Amino acid sequence: MTTVAHAPTKAHHEPMSFWRKYIFSTDHKIIGIQFLFVSLFFLLVGGLLAMQIRWQLGFPGKPMPGGGLLPETMIVNGVILPEYYVQLVSMHGTFMVFFAIMPLLVGVYANFLIPLKIGAHDMAFPRINMASFWLAFLAGLIMFASFFVPNGPIRSGWTNYAPLAARPDLSGVTVGQMLWCVSIVVLGLSSVLGSLNYITTVINHRAPGMTWFRMPLSVWALFITAILGVLALPVLQGAAIMLLFDNVLGTHFFDPVAGGQALLWQHLFWFFGHPEVYILILPAMGMVSDIIANGSRKPIFGYHSMVFAIIGIAFLGWLVWGHHMFMSGMNPTLGSTFMVSTLLIAVPSAIKVFNWLGTMWRGNLRFHVPMLNAVGFVSMFTIGGLSGIFMAATPVDIPLHDTQFIVAHIHYVLFGGSLFALFAAMTYWYPKMFGRVMNEPLGKVHFWLTFIFYNMTFFPMHIIGMGGQMRRIYDPTIYDFLKPQQPLNVFISLSAFALFAVQILFAINFLWSLKFGKNAPQNPWDDNGLEWSLPNPAPHGNWERTPNVYRGPYEFSSPEAGSADFLPQNLKLPTDRDPVPATLRAGH
Amino acid sequence: MTQATQTVDVMRPPFPAEPGAGVYSNKLGMWVFLASDVMFFTALIGSYIVLRFGVTEPWAKPGAVLNVPLTAVNTFLLICSSVSMVKAYAAIADGKKYFLRAVPGKLLRDGGLKFWLLVTMICGAAFVGVQLVEYIKLVGHGFTPSGFREGSLLAEHAAADPVKYGAAAAGMYGSTFFTMTGFHGFHVTCGVISMTYLYFTKVLPEKYSPQDYRGIEVIGLYWHFVDLVWIILFTIVYLI
Repeated sequence: MTTVAHAPTKAHHEPMSFWRKYIFSTDHKIIGIQFLFVSLFFLLVGGLLAMQIRWQLGFPGKPMPGGGLLPETMIVNGVILPEYYVQLVSMHGTFMVFFAIMPLLVGVYANFLIPLKIGAHDMAFPRINMASFWLAFLAGLIMFASFFVPNGPIRSGWTNYAPLAARPDLSGVTVGQMLWCVSIVVLGLSSVLGSLNYITTVINHRAPGMTWFRMPLSVWALFITAILGVLALPVLQGAAIMLLFDNVLGTHFFDPVAGGQALLWQHLFWFFGHPEVYILILPAMGMVSDIIANGSRKPIFGYHSMVFAIIGIAFLGWLVWGHHMFMSGMNPTLGSTFMVSTLLIAVPSAIKVFNWLGTMWRGNLRFHVPMLNAVGFVSMFTIGGLSGIFMAATPVDIPLHDTQFIVAHIHYVLFGGSLFALFAAMTYWYPKMFGRVMNEPLGKVHFWLTFIFYNMTFFPMHIIGMGGQMRRIYDPTIYDFLKPQQPLNVFISLSAFALFAVQILFAINFLWSLKFGKNAPQNPWDDNGLEWSLPNPAPHGNWERTPNVYRGPYEFSSPEAGSADFLPQNLKLPTDRDPVPATLRAGH
Repeated sequence: MTQATQTVDVMRPPFPAEPGAGVYSNKLGMWVFLASDVMFFTALIGSYIVLRFGVTEPWAKPGAVLNVPLTAVNTFLLICSSVSMVKAYAAIADGKKYFLRAVPGKLLRDGGLKFWLLVTMICGAAFVGVQLVEYIKLVGHGFTPSGFREGSLLAEHAAADPVKYGAAAAGMYGSTFFTMTGFHGFHVTCGVISMTYLYFTKVLPEKYSPQDYRGIEVIGLYWHFVDLVWIILFTIVYLI
């Protein structure tokens, strides 16, 4: 009986051509890096769209600088047209959710980290993994192409509510709507292929001794996220296909005039959409857990409760989609059921926040850039989570629904949460990806300026939201009751421009360090993870021999470690026994 | 078959074995994919249920619009293909790589992997073919994804007997029918293409052995799933 566990890998030979190595690569690390560059590009696109939204809300009717570059169908004399404004809002959401945050968290870090952290030589299905990237890239191109077709991209918001999205005669968008649906179907396929790869890899390819409860929390979170992805994305695909057929084949799924149900779209979309919310935050939570334990030089507080909190959030995430629909005309009794299940999610989320605080409590804190961003994540996610509880309560949601308060909430969890975690993760695993360290002082300046301008941008949105400013209006100054708030809108817009400008620091740091950064030592953060037992960057196929794992990933400041304050997972102490190599059990 | 069960239990790796759940990765990956496919069909079937019970007007009576006897034959064909898939699986588990072999003292000859997989592919392709013929006929009669085409045969029938033909709900009927059966047909087509690929790259060159027939087992899982989905669709779309 053979075991792969101790056989040398077959990957360590023959040099590959540039195309095979970097473009059509099956190496999980290269695929992760491909995802990184592509989704950072879409993050930039989404950001540019957001700047135009903020210009319109802060300075409605005034010519936008650089507006002359855009065609007359979008901007006339520098002034954003209402049709283009809704397209901006719709495409900002679409790009950020589907092509920036989701691939950044799942595409980049599930690909890059899972095999490295569990001691695998690659993913279970490397070629399916490559297909997953190229499908995602294709989906991005299709979505991007919708800017260049007649009548432009979708005008019905990133949620594409029917019947507006289902009836070209209502929305005025034909090709753009079809492209949105096709792109989402392709992206869903990419996500399903990626996720089934992650699940199989985690179940079947852990190194000897890497038991379930010795896995880092980042791997746990990515694993649970993959399960959510595999089950949630097909629902969106099904919905997008029906929407596509409504637009192309003349079906009437979502058209009430012909017997269809507009509310059905909302149910399908949010049945996908709420698990999607946790796809966008769980990996961030996992990676932040790793970084906070490292930065505190302490074992993570309550490891098992962290794991069960992840599982609990993922499970409850399936039962709460109706809280997006309190104002949709859905049965109010259902509303209270969804209210209760939504409030329940606060429990595992709070467990996680308390455990992060418990980890930092009396730790030997090292505020390196990843740690700063991780702590930023915890604080901002807490604010976003608390405003979520406001909206979960039906009576409070009724006045807050579809106002800027919602916009503030989603940005506190997606920007303040996911994106801060991504800044942390990008800085933390940069040495592993590129063999160099990002500039530390520049990283700290970037963190503090981002943190300040971020809060200046999004916190006032709570206030103007409670003041009644609706979510997607074109011009707040035409409503008398919103006029007193306009100075605050200007303030938000100016802060948002500053926030965008500060990101240039990150871009400079990221690109400059690729070529000129300090060479990274093998273990720059004194971490225990298996990935740091490899050179930076790690070679194709990762390990010559699969490492043995002797302990969990959070043995910081362990008395067993002697003078060092960390104890790598694969370091064999005299008292450690080798794990029994896992063998395939009989048959199936 | 008893022989097969014994052999199946000892399929042991000369293929690269993985530590872990004790299920080899290809099979685990297929199970996960099927889980996601269940969610896809759940979205379509769930929408069908919601829409069908959401319309207040009568739904078309079974058999009024659709050709139930033809589809029943087609269903039988697909179930047969599932049986032949099991036969293919059992054949290779017993090491029968051949097409047909004479059995002493018996009239019928014994089929091997090459025979039974070919039967499965033919049944699958025939299913898709019959479905296409049915689609063409339906569209010819005036049944389209958006309902009954104006001036068509079906539209006349529906005007004469709106309850039997579900005239008022025809739009919903067409939308759900073509979407659900269409995507099922797409799945069958993908299965046939994959089997054809395996047939020429693995089965004909005799790459499978009783020690490693993972491809057959994995495509078999997919095939049985597609068959199961059809049985559900046939029941809820054609029979009730």
